[in-house]
Amino acid sequence: MRHFKNLVRPYLVWSFLIIVIPLFLIFMYAVTTNGNSLINIQFTLDNFKKFIEPVYITVFMKSIKLGAITVAICLILGYALAFIISKFKEKTQDILILFVTVPMWINMLLRTYAWMSLLSDNGVVNSLLGFLGIDPIKMMYTDFSVIVGLVCNFLPFMIIPIHTSLAKMDKSLIEASYDLGANPVQTFFKVIFKLSLPGVVNGVIMVFLLSISTFVIPKLLGGGQFVLIGNLIENQFISVGDWNFGSAVSLILAIIILVLISVMKKLDIDGMQKGA
Amino acid sequence: MNKLIELKNITKTFDDSQVLKGINLDINENEFLTLLGPSGCGKTTTLRIIAGFEEQDKGELLFNGIEISKVPPYKREFNTVFQKYALFPHLNVFDNVAFGLTIKKTDKNVIKQKVERMLKLVGLEGFGQRDVTLLSGGQQQRVAIARALVNEPKVLLLDEPLGALDAKLRKEMQAELKKIQIEVGITFIYVTHDQEEALSMSDTVVVMNNGEIQQIGTPTDIYNEPENRFVAEFIGESNIIDAIMLKDCLVQFDGFDFECVDKGFKENEEVEVVIRPEDIDIVKKGNAKLEGVVKSIVFKGVHYEILVETSERTYMIHTTDYFETGLEVGLSFGPEDIHVMYKD
Ligand SMILES: Nc1ncnc2c1ncn2[C@@H]1O[C@H](COP(=O)(O)OP(=O)(O)O)[C@@H](O)[C@H]1O
Ligand SMILES: [Mg+2]
Repeated sequence: MRHFKNLVRPYLVWSFLIIVIPLFLIFMYAVTTNGNSLINIQFTLDNFKKFIEPVYITVFMKSIKLGAITVAICLILGYALAFIISKFKEKTQDILILFVTVPMWINMLLRTYAWMSLLSDNGVVNSLLGFLGIDPIKMMYTDFSVIVGLVCNFLPFMIIPIHTSLAKMDKSLIEASYDLGANPVQTFFKVIFKLSLPGVVNGVIMVFLLSISTFVIPKLLGGGQFVLIGNLIENQFISVGDWNFGSAVSLILAIIILVLISVMKKLDIDGMQKGA
Repeated sequence: MNKLIELKNITKTFDDSQVLKGINLDINENEFLTLLGPSGCGKTTTLRIIAGFEEQDKGELLFNGIEISKVPPYKREFNTVFQKYALFPHLNVFDNVAFGLTIKKTDKNVIKQKVERMLKLVGLEGFGQRDVTLLSGGQQQRVAIARALVNEPKVLLLDEPLGALDAKLRKEMQAELKKIQIEVGITFIYVTHDQEEALSMSDTVVVMNNGEIQQIGTPTDIYNEPENRFVAEFIGESNIIDAIMLKDCLVQFDGFDFECVDKGFKENEEVEVVIRPEDIDIVKKGNAKLEGVVKSIVFKGVHYEILVETSERTYMIHTTDYFETGLEVGLSFGPEDIHVMYKD
């Protein structure tokens, strides 16, 4: 085993180059004033203070809200789908999971454009409604279209970890629950759901993370005026050119995500230990 | 004794292979009944049908005279001790044992009282707050037994519950299980492939092979009066000899006629005779019909295992006396030591 350790070294170098250095640069940008000059670096916390301005706090709250709604919808849909899939024979399950991942093989941009043509004012959905004699509904450039986009793009990230934890669950525990008098509903809430919590936690973290940091989906489905944290960061780098503020927002987002993950993991561990 | 459970002509097929080929079995109240047989003979399947986790293809399953095949497991008054314990990893010892009572919405104080009494019964007093995943195999086993018994089931089903324990612990738990069964006074249906375990614990032993019941009887019956070669070979070591039943109470083998106690065979029917190694006495040459030479002698802890070669075959004898190899001896046994079986 020992001499395999050396094989890890190139990977460590790579990780350093592609993860640590950019992170360090982001940190440096976030705590300094304008410009890229290395000669007269000036440290400051202004970039972080700027974030507390109402405009940005609003953007932040809206991101959190949309992220939470997306997580909630993905959790319900994803758990139901994962649960149904786990009822099939093992081979069928593999195929169904493959289907779940199909959308992930297609570029997110393309998928989002597809949703645009479905949801637009004279798109497929409104045409169908028209056939049924229902007036067209404005769906594009609303919270609705953004949430649809987020849910459809990120649902697989909820289904897969939940399915994994359901599939590897010891079936004799479910039988034990029946044996002790619990009906299928009681068994679901007292045993199956509790034991699938690690998968649920992973799914929730993944979907939340992806939802609040994406900028393509809100941009295309929400329109230009629809700004979430991801767009805010993107704008600072691409159009406004304030790399320092952009970096500060990125760092704030990263810290919030880290805190969230550790809280969720802790809940998960406590849940596993204390149970009911 | 009251019939509690009746299995009538139960069959079960998994992917084209018939695992149970018509099981007929009556189980009485307060009986310790053991399903014994080699791995793959259908013991677990039988138990799972009784528990309700599988349904038979054909046949009836009666509980107190009422057909229960369609009753889901959570409505049956049976509890199971699973082979690999199947304790809930997200619950501590107390909550595992309390699971069934909590489902029944039993009063909290009553639960506490019952769980604690049960933990005491299985020797785990004060273990309530422990994490079940950190217990030893033997302790997990006890939790599994307590979790099942606390519901006061009419029948406790146990599937090789001691299979994962080491030899010493197995012996201890065997005695303890028997004690618990007598103490709580309910029916135990116990599955094992270990003949010693089956003989030492049970009121009734059901020997199975290839999805069929070979013999049902008390441990003594099964040991002393095996009905066929399979049972005789599976239950301990035996001398099994081809023979001819000349008439009631007279059987011929190895060129001699022997008196025996078996009746009801056809005249001159081909049969097999079982003589247990410990039922044969080694005597002076000339004092018995059969004669041979001591070929080997091995000390087995309590007795010697001696092989004696006669002109027809080699007999195995268990005795506490020592005999030199090469010694010419006679082999003697009484009429009641000869067990005549039908030939397959
Ligand atoms: N769910 C199942 N699907 C297919 N075959 C099974 C299933 N359960 C048991 N079997 C088969 O049925 C036979 C009897 O199994 P089992 O009742 O577990 O035997 P035992 O408990 O006596 O070892 C075995 O050959 C086993 O492979
Ligand atoms: Mg088995």
